[in-house]
Amino acid sequence: MSAADAAVAARARAGRRPSAVAAWFRLLRSELGLVFRRRRNQALLAVLVVLPVTLGIVLRLSSPRGGDGGPNSSLLDQLAGNGIFLAFLALTILLTLVLPLVVAVVAGDSVAGEAGSGTIRYLLAVPAGRTRLLSVKYTAVVVFGLAACIVVVGAALAAGAALFPVGPVTLLSGTTVPLSEGLLRVLFITLYVAAGMAALGAIGVAVSTLTEHSIGAIATVLVIAVASEVADNVPQISAAHPYLPTHWWLSFDALLRSPIDTTTLLHGLLSFGVYAVIFLSLAWARLTTADITS
Amino acid sequence: MSTDTEVATGDPAATAGAPGAAVTTSGLSKRYRGGQLAVDGIDMVVPAGSVYGFLGPNGSGKTTTIRMLVGLIHPTSGSLELLGTAMPGGAVRVLPRVGSLIEGPAFYPQLSGQANLARVDAADRTADPATARARIGSALERVGLLHAAGKRYRAYSLGMKQRLAIAASLLRPRELVILDEPTNGLDPQGTREVRGLIRSIAAGGVTVLVSSHLLAEVEQICTDVGVMRTGQLVFQGTLEALRARGARRIRIRTALAGKAAEVLGTLGLADVKEAAGEVSAQLGERAPEEVCRELVLADIPVAGLDTPRPSLEDLFVELTGEGFDVGG
Ligand SMILES: Nc1ncnc2c1ncn2[C@@H]1O[C@H](COP(=O)(O)OP(=O)(O)OP(=O)(O)O)[C@@H](O)[C@H]1O
Ligand SMILES: [Mg+2]
Repeated sequence: MSAADAAVAARARAGRRPSAVAAWFRLLRSELGLVFRRRRNQALLAVLVVLPVTLGIVLRLSSPRGGDGGPNSSLLDQLAGNGIFLAFLALTILLTLVLPLVVAVVAGDSVAGEAGSGTIRYLLAVPAGRTRLLSVKYTAVVVFGLAACIVVVGAALAAGAALFPVGPVTLLSGTTVPLSEGLLRVLFITLYVAAGMAALGAIGVAVSTLTEHSIGAIATVLVIAVASEVADNVPQISAAHPYLPTHWWLSFDALLRSPIDTTTLLHGLLSFGVYAVIFLSLAWARLTTADITS
Repeated sequence: MSTDTEVATGDPAATAGAPGAAVTTSGLSKRYRGGQLAVDGIDMVVPAGSVYGFLGPNGSGKTTTIRMLVGLIHPTSGSLELLGTAMPGGAVRVLPRVGSLIEGPAFYPQLSGQANLARVDAADRTADPATARARIGSALERVGLLHAAGKRYRAYSLGMKQRLAIAASLLRPRELVILDEPTNGLDPQGTREVRGLIRSIAAGGVTVLVSSHLLAEVEQICTDVGVMRTGQLVFQGTLEALRARGARRIRIRTALAGKAAEVLGTLGLADVKEAAGEVSAQLGERAPEEVCRELVLADIPVAGLDTPRPSLEDLFVELTGEGFDVGG
């Protein structure tokens, strides 16, 4: 066999080069496999099933009319008449800590985890490409955040349907819409909350590029989220509230009014988008210039 | 399976066609953020098709150099080319043709060996997913890990981990394979197997750059060596050139060692050493027969005479300094 034949044969054995898009999705599949097969992440998703169901049971056992003037009182009042409201209640409650925690864990671990274990040097020597790796990592974080929201809403809808009556939905503005439209609004709310989580995920990925210690990155992201929520409740700095990363998370109730308060929703989505762009740029600037010595 | 076992060997035509060197660096330096000058202006040339032993004691800058070669860290100054392509600019084009093991194995503990290789392969945008299974299987077979393919990495022994890292560098046909201390933590048996593996990689026409802090470990397989000491390349060349560097000594067996030492001294030979029934000195420019004649003229009974060369290990120690001479 001549050298040229050997080269041809070697190339044939190596197979043909896939398209850039196909190769990107292959790496994304691999990344999603890692994220979703990780025991810790599965446990987090399990918690997101358990909490809405527990919430439903607790509210069913206590008087659903217990809400008297609290921020969720209108949602609580509605729940007695319609199980679908358990989804909104669950989102509202889990958005204060649990959902941000879940996103912080996956986002904070995304780059720092690979740096800490040294696997990042093997990926980069392949070469996976730093920008490409970052895009795949962030996409996986977004997908996991969306999955977390879907799990919460799915569990809450199932528990709500089992524990409470289900029927046409009376919105917060007083109008009643058919159940199908109510469910469509639930879908949009899920996507809106997932967009908020995607913005937090961008912050998490950026923090994750700064360290080799995923626990540190996770804690930092969580501190950022909680600090923002606290600041959002300090009236003295109300001028700064709209610029806080968590400020627009609960604005999903705009979708529970008729007509839908699109201005608020668009403000929220704009805020999420700006946060995502800023922090992804920071993450990119950091990862593409960093010395990988772990 | 017979064709599959050849999957990970190089593309001989491509290697032979590349003129000159697989790796060249010029004035390559790296100062870490801590202010540490880890690599200090090295001009490295790894000839295509060679097995290049990259030697040096702990902390001499081998891993730092290798990190720059594969684009993990950015040189502070100087330039480098891999397979004729400037790095790190050409990383995307050239690195798929380069396999590497950098500073020990690092994989996902919860995944099996096979799944870990699949992960590495998925990161390679030029790898064909259709052939991934076969390529992973043959890479595992080459390093003798096929039996443990489904075992979790967490449960691998150190030697198995090391082999898995080598397998990762053999997932595709390569033109250059860079192995940073591939025998680290291996038993003598494992060390020998890795040596055999390196030989088989090189036999396919692939250039191999293998780092080690032990010359003895790579001496039998290297054609070329580069020796690092505190960030500098203090020797580079063929193994023969390294051997030839060794200063020849003359050693005389005689009953009158003391008198013989005096004669050697008057002849101007350096480093005269006297032992019971034996005396030796550096030969320098003198011919051994000349020294012998002088000894006989001085009535010294010469029972034996030879001119040994120092062992490579001695030369290596001489180049790199003895003991824990950790750079920085
Ligand atoms: N990330 C880092 N930050 C700062 N200094 C570093 C870093 N990595 C290595 N060094 C320093 O650079 C020098 C060279 O280290 P390097 O790891 O390249 O040596 P080596 O030849 O690979 O040694 P060994 O045989 O121990 O692996 C050492 O003095 C080391 O302390
Ligand atoms: Mg090293």
